[in-house]
Amino acid sequence: MEDLRFQHRVRARAGGTRRSAIVGVVASGNLEVLVERILPDAECAVDIKTAAIGFGEVWTAVIGDFVERYSPGGLKFSINDGGARPDTVSLRLAQAVRLIAENGQ
Amino acid sequence: MTTWQNNRAARDARIAAGAGLAHGKVVEAHDATRLLEAVIRPGDRVCLEGDNQKQADLLSRALLAVDLSRISDLHMVQSGVVLPEHLDLFDRGVAKRLDYAYSGPQSARIARMLFGGKIELGAVHTYLELFARYFIDLTPQVALIAAVSADREGNLYTGPNTEDTPTVVEATAFKDGIVIAQVNEIVETVPRVDIPADRVHFIVKSDKPFFVEPLFTRDPAAITEGQILTAMLAIKGIYAPYGVQRLNHGIGFSTAAIELLLPTFGERLGLKGRIATHFALNPHPALIPAIESGWVRQIHSFGSEVGMDDYIRARSDVYFTGPDGSLRSNRAFCQSAGLYACDMFIGSTLQIDLRGNSSTVTTSRIAGFGGAPNMGADARGRRHPSEPWLKAGAEADPDGAALMRRGRKLVVQIGETFGDKNVPLFVERLDALELAEKLNLELAPIMIYGDDVTHIVTEEGVANLLLCRTAQEREQAIRGVAGYTDVGRRRDHGMVAHLRERGVIRRPEDIGINPLDADRSLLAARSIKDLVRWSGGLYAPPSKFRNW
Repeated sequence: MEDLRFQHRVRARAGGTRRSAIVGVVASGNLEVLVERILPDAECAVDIKTAAIGFGEVWTAVIGDFVERYSPGGLKFSINDGGARPDTVSLRLAQAVRLIAENGQ
Repeated sequence: MTTWQNNRAARDARIAAGAGLAHGKVVEAHDATRLLEAVIRPGDRVCLEGDNQKQADLLSRALLAVDLSRISDLHMVQSGVVLPEHLDLFDRGVAKRLDYAYSGPQSARIARMLFGGKIELGAVHTYLELFARYFIDLTPQVALIAAVSADREGNLYTGPNTEDTPTVVEATAFKDGIVIAQVNEIVETVPRVDIPADRVHFIVKSDKPFFVEPLFTRDPAAITEGQILTAMLAIKGIYAPYGVQRLNHGIGFSTAAIELLLPTFGERLGLKGRIATHFALNPHPALIPAIESGWVRQIHSFGSEVGMDDYIRARSDVYFTGPDGSLRSNRAFCQSAGLYACDMFIGSTLQIDLRGNSSTVTTSRIAGFGGAPNMGADARGRRHPSEPWLKAGAEADPDGAALMRRGRKLVVQIGETFGDKNVPLFVERLDALELAEKLNLELAPIMIYGDDVTHIVTEEGVANLLLCRTAQEREQAIRGVAGYTDVGRRRDHGMVAHLRERGVIRRPEDIGINPLDADRSLLAARSIKDLVRWSGGLYAPPSKFRNW
């Protein structure tokens, strides 16, 4: 297991009012993302627990591109990763943003 | 005095030597090894029918058991090296030299044996290429083939999995060779004559049906969102703009996803009748929903697929069938059809380098090529025009004179940037090169040469290599869809942005696709059971599946 943590300053707050959401499952080649709206509007944090060791550089690139593209201000992401491929990680993060951007609880 | 019929005399002597073991042409299974000892000579070129699917397994075992003092050092010329016995022949010394095309399940062992010097390798061919050599410089002296049934005269019914048999028999029987067939049963009258009796010299009745591999069944349940996204990009980004009607699909999950998206995503785009109407293709179960929805007009097949027989029989408007109603496949004809009459090949691979060369060879596995290099190559002898072919030609050479400009076949490599176990699809250098150096080969086993590849599709987008004007543009176009692989992360961001402006690289949003819409609910069938339902209960799925 490896723990990684990324913190970014972002330009805008994520849309919607939902407080939290979960997408994906922890399984081989997949991942679970818990997203919570608990940070100041200009901040974003991503905590990762991953089964695959030595992919820090790839995670840095994936998370950097994600934050640049979606500007997920105010959101904290907690990831349990079962060795998912980078494209799956990008997809799950985008799904998490879409889900929390819905209005409601 | 010169004699001109030595080969005929030798053939007659071989037949006479085997005749003592036969009643008419029929030899008992327990005499099969003795028959082979009687008719085969040391050093003979032997085609032991191992096709992509159908295997002459009884004759393989019989050949493996021969007395080495009578038969050794054979030169095996067969398209598929699929059964363990095929390689045991080399371990035991029955055979020495090998020319072949495909070795799927034996790919790791064949690599070890090549390194260990157990096999003297001629070449790894594409199917059509090996068939061609059967008629020029690799003509078999003996062919050991497999059929469903035979009559007493020796007429053979090869059934849905006819595959390579007519080609093998043609080359052997008409050049003074011996043809020995294993059959599942001997009948009064065969359902149809696939091989006429005068080309068959001996028949051995097998106690169990010949082995057939279910190679083309992809369980829709295993299709990922990433594969659905690449499939959507291919349909909307390539099939639609080029108007691709005549094509061949590879056997991976991405192309299975395309097949399952036609009646849903494709239908919504209004593409029915405009794309994917005529195929050179095995009977893929994943295509059933598209067929049932009226998308597909015609399919010619290389072989059959386990469980599809009743469905095919009931859909003879779509498939090629014999007077008996069952599928007639023929690998040589279907490969020709794929080469000359299809406008697109789309398939997966294991490695792609910076020039677009691709290979399924890794340092520990030599899977062979099968049909891909033939399907995935521009046919230089093609002369008939079609919309996709002309459009691709114009993109490659926009300044050429239209009436003198060759068209181009669309050769599309589709895949996710990372494959199984997070192994990257894109590499700086193919493992095939390392293998060629280690084995001292004169030619690295490249599956599809980069200059034949026109498009690469990944979850990151579509790279149109026809629009690249320099080697540097080509490299950046490939890096630009290589995702987070090392190759992808080492891209020149400025140049990739410029290529995107020119439409050389198109992202999902440039094609009007939201990756978040890539959902399994888009698949017309989400399980094998769904496929059975679509087929009205005619498809009878096999119990095991294989991953590519």
